[in-house]
Amino acid sequence: MRKVITAVALSGVVASQTLAGETINGAGATFPYPVYSAWAYMYYKETGIKLNYQSIGSGGGIRQIKNRTVDFGASDAPLKPQKLDEYKLYQFPAIIGGVVPVVNIPRVKAGKLRLDADTICHIYLGDIKYWDNPKIKALNPNLNLPHKKINVVHRSDGSGTTAIFTTYLAEACPDWKQKVGAGKAVKWPVGIGGKGNEGVANYVKRLRYSIGYVEFAYAKQNRLAYTLLKNPAGNFVAPSIQSFKDAGATANFDPNKHFYLWMVNAPGKNAWPIAGASFILEAREKSSANKKVNKFFKWAFEHGDEIAIKLDYVPLPKELKEKIYKYWEKNGIAP
Amino acid sequence: MKRKLPLSDIIFGIVSFSASFLVLTLIFSTILILYNESSLAIHRFGILNFIFTENWDPVNEIFGAAAPLYGTFITTVLSLLFAIPVALGIAIFLTEVSPHFLKSPIGVAIEMLAAIPSIIYGMWGLFTLAPIMAEYVEPALQKTLGQIPLIGKLFEGEPQGIDLFTASVVLSIMIVPFIASIARDSLNLTPNIMKESAYALGATKWDVIKDIMIPYAKLGIYGGIVLALGRALGETMAVAFVLGNNHQITLSLFEAAATITVTLANEFTEADTDIYLSSLFYLALILFVLSFVILAIAKFFLLKAERGYSR
Repeated sequence: MRKVITAVALSGVVASQTLAGETINGAGATFPYPVYSAWAYMYYKETGIKLNYQSIGSGGGIRQIKNRTVDFGASDAPLKPQKLDEYKLYQFPAIIGGVVPVVNIPRVKAGKLRLDADTICHIYLGDIKYWDNPKIKALNPNLNLPHKKINVVHRSDGSGTTAIFTTYLAEACPDWKQKVGAGKAVKWPVGIGGKGNEGVANYVKRLRYSIGYVEFAYAKQNRLAYTLLKNPAGNFVAPSIQSFKDAGATANFDPNKHFYLWMVNAPGKNAWPIAGASFILEAREKSSANKKVNKFFKWAFEHGDEIAIKLDYVPLPKELKEKIYKYWEKNGIAP
Repeated sequence: MKRKLPLSDIIFGIVSFSASFLVLTLIFSTILILYNESSLAIHRFGILNFIFTENWDPVNEIFGAAAPLYGTFITTVLSLLFAIPVALGIAIFLTEVSPHFLKSPIGVAIEMLAAIPSIIYGMWGLFTLAPIMAEYVEPALQKTLGQIPLIGKLFEGEPQGIDLFTASVVLSIMIVPFIASIARDSLNLTPNIMKESAYALGATKWDVIKDIMIPYAKLGIYGGIVLALGRALGETMAVAFVLGNNHQITLSLFEAAATITVTLANEFTEADTDIYLSSLFYLALILFVLSFVILAIAKFFLLKAERGYSR
């Protein structure tokens, strides 16, 4: 009898040790959660190593890695190099997503309305009040736009999507930068707030003559009427995996700045102007934990592109992946 | 001769004492933690300045609680205004008017209403009630009440269904069962002999309800209202989806607004700077103190009424 108990106890110890050794803990951004958990599932099936990712929000992810309670944190907004030095963190991008303006105007179909940064900026500032404003008309000579008030919809909760959208406006429109600024939550001059992407998608679907902004996947799944946007190269582009990829390929990520970059207004000819990367944060002193985390992401970069595209995310371009591998090697955290 | 307490009694005493002591510890540690976490914001913005500042600007790190406080106040008052008459009507119907076979099904239905999780009220509000409000109810109100001078100011603006009015309606539906079931139980406690005496004196049914039963059940009804008030003050998920979280003070009920709980639910996860997080904790501390004070005042009045009553 005693033997059995000891055996059970021993196996318990062994099991818990292997389990503890084979689990990676991460926490943070909600936006990349579906793709991280899909990768984690595939990785577990292949290697037996578990990745436990809690989507508690970017703010929470940053706090957790700052307090060293997780192996990695995840944030939709990049941290500035000074902050990374202060918190002693490494940072690299893992996945790319796009933000898409969507409208609800009767008889205007998806991909028909053309907008540029300046117009969107002044709609969200409340200066452009009606759909038949000369500025919008000048961009859309072929559309018959009604004299109806524009219902502006934005996010009510703090979010990486808002951070990307407002950074885009602040970069392209000086008035926005001066009056509102960029951030995960801002003081909106006009409009009503929807909670989450689903909240904004719901309002835009329901309220006639409205405009909102959502992640690409939500626009696609809810069949919302997305707009074309004029990019810095002067072309009107439609949101698609390809135009997000072009944005990723032409965005200049710098490993010496720990990849700190907002991927908005990328210079590529067909680049979608409102895209953003989601970032991974690691503690500098924990090189063995980092190697485990990086092994996972290296595996995901090599095997996970297909599933990411299926989930409406954009995988990192090849050159950027190479840059990240070099960044790991330079800092001695390559898997 | 002094009898020694049996061991089981001593153990029971210790266990029950520590259980009740735990409640006190929890309350005090909650206050302490809230105060501790919000101390940064308290030092930066002060108390009165924070309460009376409408500006809520995370980009420039300026925070003020005036707008969410106003929203909390308006939604709570409005929802009580909607809920009290309805709930009292239900209670009176159930005790006096309803035929016997209807009493228990309606009573059970009301109690089930109280058991629905608030997130379900929230989703229902967003997907079902808000469109109805925007399409039918709010335009109709604008055409009627909105035409009256002064009062019309309350109904200005584009009806979008995401506003103080819709939030108050959702909230009132949520608190109706609390008031109704407690009021029904108190009305049921009216001694039959009093009712019968009144009838014997020639009182009508309405006279009995108005002059015998309601005065008799007054305390219980107040108690139910206080309970509902506490619920409305702190309710989060039922209103988080239909209020918009816009930090503005507007006279119109058809404008998006914010309450303390809605702000917390919307902004807590992504608050990344220390002062932002601290300001959110500060809001939570204010709500905690506010509910505490309101419940204390209500308790005080109840006690006073009770004493006057027993005399």
